[in-house]
Amino acid sequence: MQWETVIGLEVHVQLATRSKIFSGAPTAFGAEPNTQACAVDLGLPGVLPVVNEQAVAMAVQFGLAVHAEIAEVSIFDRKNYFYPDLPKGYQTSQMYHPIVGPGEVEVTLDDDTTRRIRIHHAHLEEDAGKSLHEDIHGMTGIDLNRAGTPLLEIVSEPDMRNAKEAVAYLKALHSIVTYLGISDGNMAEGSMRCDVNVSVRPKGQEAFGTRAEIKNVNSFRFVERAIAFEVERQIELIEDGGKVVQETRLYDPDRDETRSMRTKEEANDYRYFPCPDLLPVVLDQAYLDHLRGQLPELPADKRERFQSALGLSAYDASVLSASREMAEFFEETFDVCGDAKQAANWVQGELSGALNRENLGVAQSPITARQLGELIARVIDGTINGKAAKQVFQALWNGQGESADEVIESKGLKQVTDTGAIEAMIDQVIQESPVQVAQYRDAEPDKRGKMIGYFVGQVMKASRGTANPQQVNGLLKEKLDALV
Amino acid sequence: MHDQTLTQLAAALASGELSSRELTAHYLKRIERFDGTLNSYITVTADQALERAEAADKARAAGKAGLLTGIPLALKDIFCTQGVKTTCGSKMLDNFIAPYDATVVERLSAAGTVSLGKTNMDEFAMGSSNENSHYGAVKNPWDLSAVPGGSSGGSAAAVAADLAPAALGTDTGGSIRQPAAFCGITGLKPTYGRVSRFGIIAYASSLDQAGPMARSAEDCAHLMNVISGHDGRDSTSVTRGVPDYTETLGAPLSGLKIGLPKEYFGDGLTTEVEQAVREAIKVYESLGATVREVSLPHTHYAIPAYYVIAPAEASSNLSRYDGVRFGHRCDDPSDLFDLYTRSRAEGFGDEVKRRILIGTHTLSEGFFDAYYKKAQQVRRLIRQDFLDAFEEVDVLMGPASPTPAFDLGAKKDPVSMYLQDIYTIAVNLAGIPGISIPAGLAANRPVGLQILGTHFAEAKLLNVAHQFQQATDWHLQRPAFALENA
Repeated sequence: MQWETVIGLEVHVQLATRSKIFSGAPTAFGAEPNTQACAVDLGLPGVLPVVNEQAVAMAVQFGLAVHAEIAEVSIFDRKNYFYPDLPKGYQTSQMYHPIVGPGEVEVTLDDDTTRRIRIHHAHLEEDAGKSLHEDIHGMTGIDLNRAGTPLLEIVSEPDMRNAKEAVAYLKALHSIVTYLGISDGNMAEGSMRCDVNVSVRPKGQEAFGTRAEIKNVNSFRFVERAIAFEVERQIELIEDGGKVVQETRLYDPDRDETRSMRTKEEANDYRYFPCPDLLPVVLDQAYLDHLRGQLPELPADKRERFQSALGLSAYDASVLSASREMAEFFEETFDVCGDAKQAANWVQGELSGALNRENLGVAQSPITARQLGELIARVIDGTINGKAAKQVFQALWNGQGESADEVIESKGLKQVTDTGAIEAMIDQVIQESPVQVAQYRDAEPDKRGKMIGYFVGQVMKASRGTANPQQVNGLLKEKLDALV
Repeated sequence: MHDQTLTQLAAALASGELSSRELTAHYLKRIERFDGTLNSYITVTADQALERAEAADKARAAGKAGLLTGIPLALKDIFCTQGVKTTCGSKMLDNFIAPYDATVVERLSAAGTVSLGKTNMDEFAMGSSNENSHYGAVKNPWDLSAVPGGSSGGSAAAVAADLAPAALGTDTGGSIRQPAAFCGITGLKPTYGRVSRFGIIAYASSLDQAGPMARSAEDCAHLMNVISGHDGRDSTSVTRGVPDYTETLGAPLSGLKIGLPKEYFGDGLTTEVEQAVREAIKVYESLGATVREVSLPHTHYAIPAYYVIAPAEASSNLSRYDGVRFGHRCDDPSDLFDLYTRSRAEGFGDEVKRRILIGTHTLSEGFFDAYYKKAQQVRRLIRQDFLDAFEEVDVLMGPASPTPAFDLGAKKDPVSMYLQDIYTIAVNLAGIPGISIPAGLAANRPVGLQILGTHFAEAKLLNVAHQFQQATDWHLQRPAFALENA
């Protein structure tokens, strides 16, 4: 039987507010346990929550970015359950009236096709603390630093049909939240966490199959692998005559498998009800307009502009707009050098290669966009050739010089375009290569083109890479053909 | 000096006739002598009080005294006090010391008042007799075999017995007004949102409100001036400005339109209470007020709606008492489940457990719409009843409680206890202010007249109460206990 996979994602994004969603405690990651939790975060008796306006603004910005309806009135509810790292015995969330209503995200797949993934809603809530099971022997420690960190939970419709689409959607969300600056998007530190709902159904069937929810899948790669495993598990189960049960599963990256955490019967009854300590969040049109006016250019718009205005390919446009840092680096490089295609090639080629080799993000690049732009400008204006440009790039990467011009000067990499000087070098090479010249002469005319490479290499070597390769090529051909 | 009102004591302090240290020491001595019998305080902070009193005297000498500087007060043990144990009447919090002051405590301190200690109460403010306290029942100073009412029973008894000139209480369903009525003092529940709830241990967040309990309406007005106002730490506190509540105390009552809700004079109201209330209303007529009957048609739904909403909120509010971070923790828990269940089973009393169970049930999947949602709809109707009535009349009057103080141990059945709050509970559901003032005696136990106004009508209520107290002396009557031990 042919099977179709149906995937929906619940993505928790930690908002980059300075303080927590309901208290003034700081939100920085990595501090000593329980040093960033105040009385409100600890759930001490008598204390009360106050909504962080910055968190509300960030949620609205996200909503605007995904063309969603923003709720005029949204309401915080309490989700009641007991857990040691949940200090109040309830999580303040938005169950019935979320701040962000239906919206959609356009995602680009590897083959440059696009898909629209609908967003069901997004709501604000507070994060819980952490239980530390390893740190204290025989006991569990509780670290409440994270408790009260603002989260935006973004719930998609079950619109994805394979793991690649799910990953593309997750990447699109990642780029939107980082573009907006509402999250650092750091998945390793848990700034973006993903619950994946997976089901399968016979191809052509309209009704959804029973889904399993895979909790806390925290990297793009794990999302892909968890889905792959889960799809296979479900199909095998059904084909063997079994039934998928609605349950919560955990993905174990070490064993690359999902396993059951709890079934529907064991699920908590969260007893949601409106939080009486918080007033409804009421937003007026003027406020929304104000935030709309502050939205930066978003990835989809940038991608479109890179193609239409700058003439980049769909692939280049998509790669270069994927993250705000990458896009900003590219755009500055382009501003300085004036050639979008060259800037795109350099950023995706030499720069990305170097960053990947050293496992750096574009924000940590040792070479600045301005430096790279000036370097490209020198290629375009013929001051250096491509080979020398790579040397200049390496030198700037290693910090040997402040600018391309300085490196070109100090390393003497300026391109030689003086015909007389190039001819002298060619004559020298021809004179020193009688065997190769003889071979060239004896060869069939259509083979000669390939043989010229040897001479070009020798001339370039003699010029220490600075000769203009096109000139060398042309002049060599003339001179060698004259000898035939 | 303990027979004086707070207003009189403030004048004596201002004139130099009395020092705060003398006054504070005097009350501390009375507490030491008599509170063994009454049990109105859970914690007495004698050393701290004397220190604060001396500081108040110094401030006064330096010309930096305010109106209430040096006035001793008692605080219901539901208000968090930095460095002083706050138990909320529960074994669960027997070891709890908050690292912060409630906003009202902060404001009272800033005004120079001196806290004598923390008063007894029904556990987590759940009760109408103060018998649900982990620290034992409180006796009514008027009759030691009677309850003082609840949940602010300790505050009411302490003021009535002259163990404090005034106290703060909280009122979720009548917890200021009913004990004030039972103990023959004046108690005001302000409009929801008028006084900050920050630092007040939550029972039912959408209903809880703090207010003054004192000898007279004038005393309450002085305290309201200090504790009212917006607080950035409580999202439900309102930004609306606060008037000087003493300024309007002289306004004449001629033309005042009083409504008597017919539902407040029906079944269950004892004859003596009704007589006292009707006598009081005659006094108002003699002061120029007109009286008419009005109807609050949804009154009989108030208790059922309250006992859905309040326990629902309580079940959630009290989840934090889990033995993990503070409060009572059972010995040697075998695992997490054991830690939770035993800590809570040992730490909470029966009434608290009952309400947590009710609330957990009514919020459960499948019951939420039938109970919680329905109760919220009823709540809106009840509120509308009041708003409609206030279109016709300025204030509503009736009994604060259907009976005078009942005997200790008399109400064994929880529902009969709940019915005690029949005249007070709708007020909390509607969020409007209400005041109870002494209006007579029934078999030597006080009767409270309840006066209700529309939202933010505290100034009017205080003046209406004050005018009665200018014309009568019920509020000056002393309970037997206080007189015998004078």
